[in-house]
Amino acid sequence: MNWEPVIGIEVHVELKTASKMFCGCRVDFGSEPNTNVCPVCLALPGALPVPNEQAIEWIVQIGLALNCTISPQSLFHRKNYFYADLPKNYQISQFDIPVCSGGFLDVVLDGETVRVAINRVHQEEDTGKSIHVGGGGRIHSAEATLLDFNRAGVPLVEVVTEPDIHSPAQARAYAQQLRSVIETLGVSDAKLEEGSMRFDANVSIRPQGDQELGAKVEVKNMNSFRSLERALAYEIVRQTELREDGQRIPQETRHWDEEAGITQGMRSKEGSSDYRYFPEPDLVPIVVSDEQRERIRSTLPELPHERRARYVDFGLDSHAAWVLVSGEDGLAGLFEDAVGLGADPKQVAKWLTGETTAYLRREDATIESRALTAAHLVEMTGMLAAGKLSASAAKEVLTGVLDGEGSPGEVATARDLIQMSDGAAIEVEVDAVLDSNPDALEKIRSGDMKPFGFLVGQVMRATSGKADPKVVNEILRNRASQ
Amino acid sequence: MSYHSLSDASAALRDGSVTSRELTDAALDRASKTEAELHAYLTLDHDGARQSADAADAAFAAGRDSGPFQGIPVAIKDNLVTRGIETTAASQILAGYIPPYDGTAVARLKAQGAVITGKTNLDEFAMGSSTENSAFGPTRNPWNTNRVPGGSSGGSAVAVAAGSALVGLGSDTGGSIRQPAALCGVVGMKPTYGLVSRYGLIAFASSLDQIGPITRTVEDSVAALETLAGHDPLDATSYRGDVPDFRVGFDDGVAGLTIGVVRQLSGEGFEAGVEAAFRRTVDLLSEAGARVVEVSLPSLDVSLSAYYLIAPAECSANLARFDGVRYGLRHDGPTVEEMMTATRADGFGPEVIRRILLGTYALSAGYYDAFYGQAQKVRTKVIQDFEAAYEQADVLVSPTAPTTAFEVGSKTQEPLSMYLSDICTIPSNLAGDPAISVPVGLDDAGLPIGFQVMAPALGEAVMFRVARAVERAVAFEQRPPMLEVWS
Repeated sequence: MNWEPVIGIEVHVELKTASKMFCGCRVDFGSEPNTNVCPVCLALPGALPVPNEQAIEWIVQIGLALNCTISPQSLFHRKNYFYADLPKNYQISQFDIPVCSGGFLDVVLDGETVRVAINRVHQEEDTGKSIHVGGGGRIHSAEATLLDFNRAGVPLVEVVTEPDIHSPAQARAYAQQLRSVIETLGVSDAKLEEGSMRFDANVSIRPQGDQELGAKVEVKNMNSFRSLERALAYEIVRQTELREDGQRIPQETRHWDEEAGITQGMRSKEGSSDYRYFPEPDLVPIVVSDEQRERIRSTLPELPHERRARYVDFGLDSHAAWVLVSGEDGLAGLFEDAVGLGADPKQVAKWLTGETTAYLRREDATIESRALTAAHLVEMTGMLAAGKLSASAAKEVLTGVLDGEGSPGEVATARDLIQMSDGAAIEVEVDAVLDSNPDALEKIRSGDMKPFGFLVGQVMRATSGKADPKVVNEILRNRASQ
Repeated sequence: MSYHSLSDASAALRDGSVTSRELTDAALDRASKTEAELHAYLTLDHDGARQSADAADAAFAAGRDSGPFQGIPVAIKDNLVTRGIETTAASQILAGYIPPYDGTAVARLKAQGAVITGKTNLDEFAMGSSTENSAFGPTRNPWNTNRVPGGSSGGSAVAVAAGSALVGLGSDTGGSIRQPAALCGVVGMKPTYGLVSRYGLIAFASSLDQIGPITRTVEDSVAALETLAGHDPLDATSYRGDVPDFRVGFDDGVAGLTIGVVRQLSGEGFEAGVEAAFRRTVDLLSEAGARVVEVSLPSLDVSLSAYYLIAPAECSANLARFDGVRYGLRHDGPTVEEMMTATRADGFGPEVIRRILLGTYALSAGYYDAFYGQAQKVRTKVIQDFEAAYEQADVLVSPTAPTTAFEVGSKTQEPLSMYLSDICTIPSNLAGDPAISVPVGLDDAGLPIGFQVMAPALGEAVMFRVARAVERAVAFEQRPPMLEVWS
């Protein structure tokens, strides 16, 4: 039987507002534990929440960027559960009327566009952090648990898709492209490794063609796009094997173990928890007027799909446009700047999406940490166009520039990679080779082209490979026809 | 040294006939004579009070006048957090807890130079109608120490009635200011929801809680509300508009006003003495020129049930923060869950646990619509009933409580009978409207009877106007007989 995976993704995005969601404490992830706290975010007796207006403005931005409907009035609810790092023992979240609902994100994967429906985007607050001390740092064996409430109350936006995704690769592409949207809006650091963007996935499988959804398994703890893709791939295989074996899939929450490469059932009772949601009586409804919504819409920056379309207008193919916009951080900025300085868009795009991207992946580096500038790209593509660099030399030059060895000109000179493209100088070298090989020239003139390659090779050898092979070919052809 | 009212004392402070230190010492002296019997206070802050009094006297000497509360001894209900003074909400779970900040209402009083005498007793977390549910022992009624003072703000009502403070601050979720004021023969008022910031009030039921004053006169109630009311950026439910003028027509009497007598708030369950005093007062208002009509609040019979679903539901979440993790009582256990369970099981008293359980069930999956959801519909209906009633009348009136002060221990085993104490006061909380209780006489046992005036939201001015007319017409001058012994 063919099984179709059905995946829905919940993404938590920490907003980088100056202050927390319901109090004036600073949002700052580098501070000493429990220094950014106050009566409100510590849930001292008598303290009350007051919503952060910047956060509301930003969630509306996110909703508009994801083509959502913005509720003119939405409600905060209390989500009740006891946990030591949740100071009030309820989380202020949203339930039946979120700020944003019913949108979509068009995701590009292998040149195809897949529309992922967004169920809702809602506003809530983050918890503190539990630090388990001793016993290997695990909750059940720890000697003590320390609590840091600096993160408690940081604004959190949850973006929930419909079960609309049908492969791990689509899930990854969705997650990456959603992050690209969030980054473009500038409302979050959106760093997976620091937890400012976190993914949970709901996965089920069903016989191909069925409409009914299978039992849903929630997978947590995926800290990179790669682990999201791996965890889903694993989970789909696991569920398929169980079903093929005639077994039922229990609805549960599973934890992705990155090292072991498997998901494991969690010991918690979360599957059965009843959060007893009810409207938060300490807050009034969030009102977003038509004017406010349209004002926010008018200030939205150019979104990734809009930017891709503009790049295609530059003559780029859609893959290159996608990599620039949604690939490694900072590529699009370099591209725009280099093009602004007069470089050929297609050439710049080729070097950024090819060699530069490969370099960054190989070195596990970010573009910001490397010395490559837009001016370097202008210079290098200029040298290529002028024939001063061969394509293979350009790769070496680019690596040198990324390694911080200097500008393309400096790297090419230092590594002796400047190509001889001066016809007169190459003519001298060609004539010297012909003088030493009169027989070869005669053969060519009599129509036997076999020695032609040999002669080119001799010239390249004489010039230590720096002569532009195109120019060498041209001169040799001229001499032969004389 | 016992001035009858805040306004008398305020005037005396300004004409130099008394100092704040003298007023404060008199209040503390009264407390020292009465506390063993009455137990109005959980904490008396002698040193802090005297320092504040001296500071107020220095301010008067320097010609500084920050407002009517400058130098006035005020008792604060112990569910209002006070910086540096133990605040327990009468619960073991907060025993020893010292807040690092003042709530807004307390801060406003302090800004005028008020003298905080101490923190007064209450039913644990304000859950109760007799101040018997305090983890630290009950408060007694100064009119008869075998009787309860009402609750939950029983401590503040008793402090004002017995003279150990001139003004008391209370909180009112279903009548917790008005009912003890009625049972102790003083004036208690619950403002329009949102008029006084709740910041620093240890929440019982957030959508119903309001802070308000307990005073000896209606005039003092106005002065207190003028000090307490106003938008607070720290409370998102705080009213954002301009504070209305509460004194419009204050001394104009009731001629030309229509007074609506609530049909459902009489008859079965209402003591004869209470009914008689109520009717007598209505007649006095009529004689004073008011038009008296009967109005109906048809949803009243279900409002008590709705209240006892909404308030527990909210309290089940509001009290979740008391878990032993960050402050207050902690009973250690092998896991965090066991620590929390042990702490809460031991730290909360039986009535608090009863309401947390009620609320938890009311919000549970499968029950929400039938209980909490239905209760919210009733609440909407109550609001509509009031709106309809205010089409016919400027204010509504009723007894404040169906009975006078009952005997200590007589209802502690019957929660439902205790809950009925609040039948007259709960509707205003559900509607978010203001209401005030004014003393209008004594029953045959010599126990005070309260008369309630209710008004539409932000209708404090007309409410005070009618309350003032009641006060004048009735001229209730009696004091607890024991005051002779205690002074």
